Amino acid sequence: MSEPVTRVLTANWDDPSVFGIDGYMAKGGYEGLRRAIAMTPSQLIDLVKVSGLRGRGGAGFPTGVKWSFVPQDTGKPTYVVANFDESEPGTFNNREIVEREPHRFLEGMAIAAYAVGSHTAFVYCRGEFLWPGQVLDAAIREAYAKGVFGDSMLGGGYALEVVLHRGAGAYICGEETALLSSLEGFRGQPRLRPPFPAVEGLYESPTLINNVETLATIPAILTNGAEWFSKIGPAKSPGTKIFSVSGKVERPGNYEVPMGTSLRTLLEEHAGGMLGGRRLKAWTPGGSSTPMLTDEHLDVALDFESVAAAGSLLGTGAIIVMDETDCIVEATRRLVQFYAHESCGKCTPCREGTWWVSRVLSRIELGYGRPEDLPLLDDLGRNILFKAFCALADGAVSPIQSSLKFFRDEYVQHIEERGCPFTGRGPGVEGAAEPEGVGVGA
Amino acid sequence: MGVLSPELLEVAEAIKARYPTGRERSAVMPLLYLVQSVEGSLTREGLREVAELLGRTTAEVEAVATFYTMLRTRRTGIHVVAVCTNLSCALRGANAVFEAAHEAAGIAHGEETSEDGLITVHEEECLGACDAAPVVQLDFANHDRVDPERMHELVAAVLAGEIPAPSRGTAPNDFKHASRILAGVEESS
Repeated sequence: MSEPVTRVLTANWDDPSVFGIDGYMAKGGYEGLRRAIAMTPSQLIDLVKVSGLRGRGGAGFPTGVKWSFVPQDTGKPTYVVANFDESEPGTFNNREIVEREPHRFLEGMAIAAYAVGSHTAFVYCRGEFLWPGQVLDAAIREAYAKGVFGDSMLGGGYALEVVLHRGAGAYICGEETALLSSLEGFRGQPRLRPPFPAVEGLYESPTLINNVETLATIPAILTNGAEWFSKIGPAKSPGTKIFSVSGKVERPGNYEVPMGTSLRTLLEEHAGGMLGGRRLKAWTPGGSSTPMLTDEHLDVALDFESVAAAGSLLGTGAIIVMDETDCIVEATRRLVQFYAHESCGKCTPCREGTWWVSRVLSRIELGYGRPEDLPLLDDLGRNILFKAFCALADGAVSPIQSSLKFFRDEYVQHIEERGCPFTGRGPGVEGAAEPEGVGVGA
Repeated sequence: MGVLSPELLEVAEAIKARYPTGRERSAVMPLLYLVQSVEGSLTREGLREVAELLGRTTAEVEAVATFYTMLRTRRTGIHVVAVCTNLSCALRGANAVFEAAHEAAGIAHGEETSEDGLITVHEEECLGACDAAPVVQLDFANHDRVDPERMHELVAAVLAGEIPAPSRGTAPNDFKHASRILAGVEESS
C-alpha cells in the first residue's frame, strides 16, 4: 500500500507553520542536524556519498565526493558558501524553498559546515530576491536564538557563524568562482581552476560551495537514511528533484518528483497539460543554457544520464515549454540577448560572440536575414563553444545550436519570406523598406 | 559634508564587521547599497566615501559599482519598475507589459527615467519567479502575473503616492528604502 515517494523537499509546503523555526521543529526539523553532529565528519561524508546525491545547481557532481575534497590540514579557516544566486532563466525552486521552509535549507547548510569543519558560512543571496533575503535573515536570527547557530550547535559545542551576503544583479555570480570574486568585493568574474575552490576558494582558503536545493535535500538523508535516498529514482541519479515548469503550460510551478520522471508525466499529472491544449513544440530540460528538445523527447527520463543521451543537459531541471504558436528564432534571439547582457566581458569569444550572434538573430527575426547567416551562425557557435573561460558562453551556444538542429526550416522560412511567420513583422510581410542600420543587425 | 551621516558611518563599521578581519573589502557591495539608500543612486562622492571606508581607490570601488545592475551610477527614479522580458515571461506576454510600463510612466523608447524623475523602467532578466510570468518588480518587490492593464494600475498607484501590495512579503517605500534593506541595515537594527 505504500505510496511511491514523491515529496520530500516540498512535503511541508502546504503548511504555513514551517515558515518559522518552531513550526519547522514541530515537524521534526533539525533532527537531521542532531543526528549529524552525533557522527564524526568522515562518517557523515560517507553517508552522503552512499546516498548518491548529486548537486542540483546544474553540474550534477556527487555531493559527498565534493565534501570529501575539502582538505582538513591547511591551517587556514574553512568556509561554506551557499549559492542562492538562482538566476538561470526558467529556474525558480531555490526561491520557493526559502520562501516556504527556509530552515530546511539552513539545516542542510549547518550539516555541510559540520561535515567539512567550517565555522563560518556565507549565504550568497541574489540581490533581486529582496523578500526571500528578508525571510532568510529572519530565519538565521531565529536559528541563532534557538542555539542552532552560534557558539554551540544544538548544545554539542560546535561553533558556526552564518553571514547573509546579498548580490547586486549579475547572472555570472552563480558560477562558483565568479561568486567568490563577488563575495570578496571584486567584479563578479570567474577565476582559473585549478586551484579549485575546495582547496583555495574564498579568501584563498578551503571552501565548499553548494546550491540551495542540494543543501535542502540533506536533512531528509540524515533522518531517513542514505539507503532510502539511493533507492528513489534511477541508481545513478537518485532522489527526488524539484522541477520548475514554466511557459506554455496550464499550471506553471515547482513540482517535486523522483529523478527520471518524464516531461509527459510532469505535464499530464502536475502542470495541467499544454496551455489551451496546444501542441508542444520545444522545451528546455534544465534552463536556458541547456539545448532545446522537442515533442519527440516527451518520454525521456529526466535524470543526468538520460537527458545527456538525448543530446541535452538536466541542468537545474528548469523546463521552459514552448508551443506551436511560438517563434523559435525569436525565442533563441531573446535567450542570446540574455547571455550578451550577462557576459562579464572577461574573454573575447563570449563578450564578442554573444553580441554578434544576437545581432544576426535580430536581423533574421526582423526579416533582413541573408542566406549566408545560417552558416555564419553555425560558425559563430563553433567558435564560442568550449573556447571561453567559463560555461556562460557554452550556455549561450545551447539555444543557438539546438534551434538550428531542430528548426532550421524555420530560420530558412524567415530568410526566404523576409519576415517572421509568427508575428507578421518584416519587409517581406509588410512590404516595408529596410530601416537604416538593420543591415548590420538590429 | 559627506554622504553618510555620523550615525550611518557607525552602521558602515558594523557592515564591515560582518566579514573576517582583513577581509573588509567584502563589504563593498553592502556599503554601496548603504550609500545608494541615501543618494538614490551612486555619485562620485558616494563612491569616494566607500573607497575611504575600505582603504581602496575610487577606481576599485567604481569597478564594482559599474558591474552590477542593481547598483546604479546613472540617473534613477524615486521608484524602479523592472519588467522581466526573458523567455518564460515573454511567452506569457511580457513585451506588451514592458511597453505598457513605458506608456504609463511617460517614458520614451530608449529612455530609462521619466522627466520628473519619479520612475525608472528597467528591462529585467529572469527574476526566478517564472511560475508567475509575466513578473514585474516594483522597487524589488514582486508582482505576479502582470498584464498591461495591471501594469498601468501599478504605475498609476505609484504616481498617486501609494505603495501597491506585492504578491509576497512587504513592499519597500521606494528605491532608496529597498537599497537600505539590501545593505542589511533594516534587519540588523
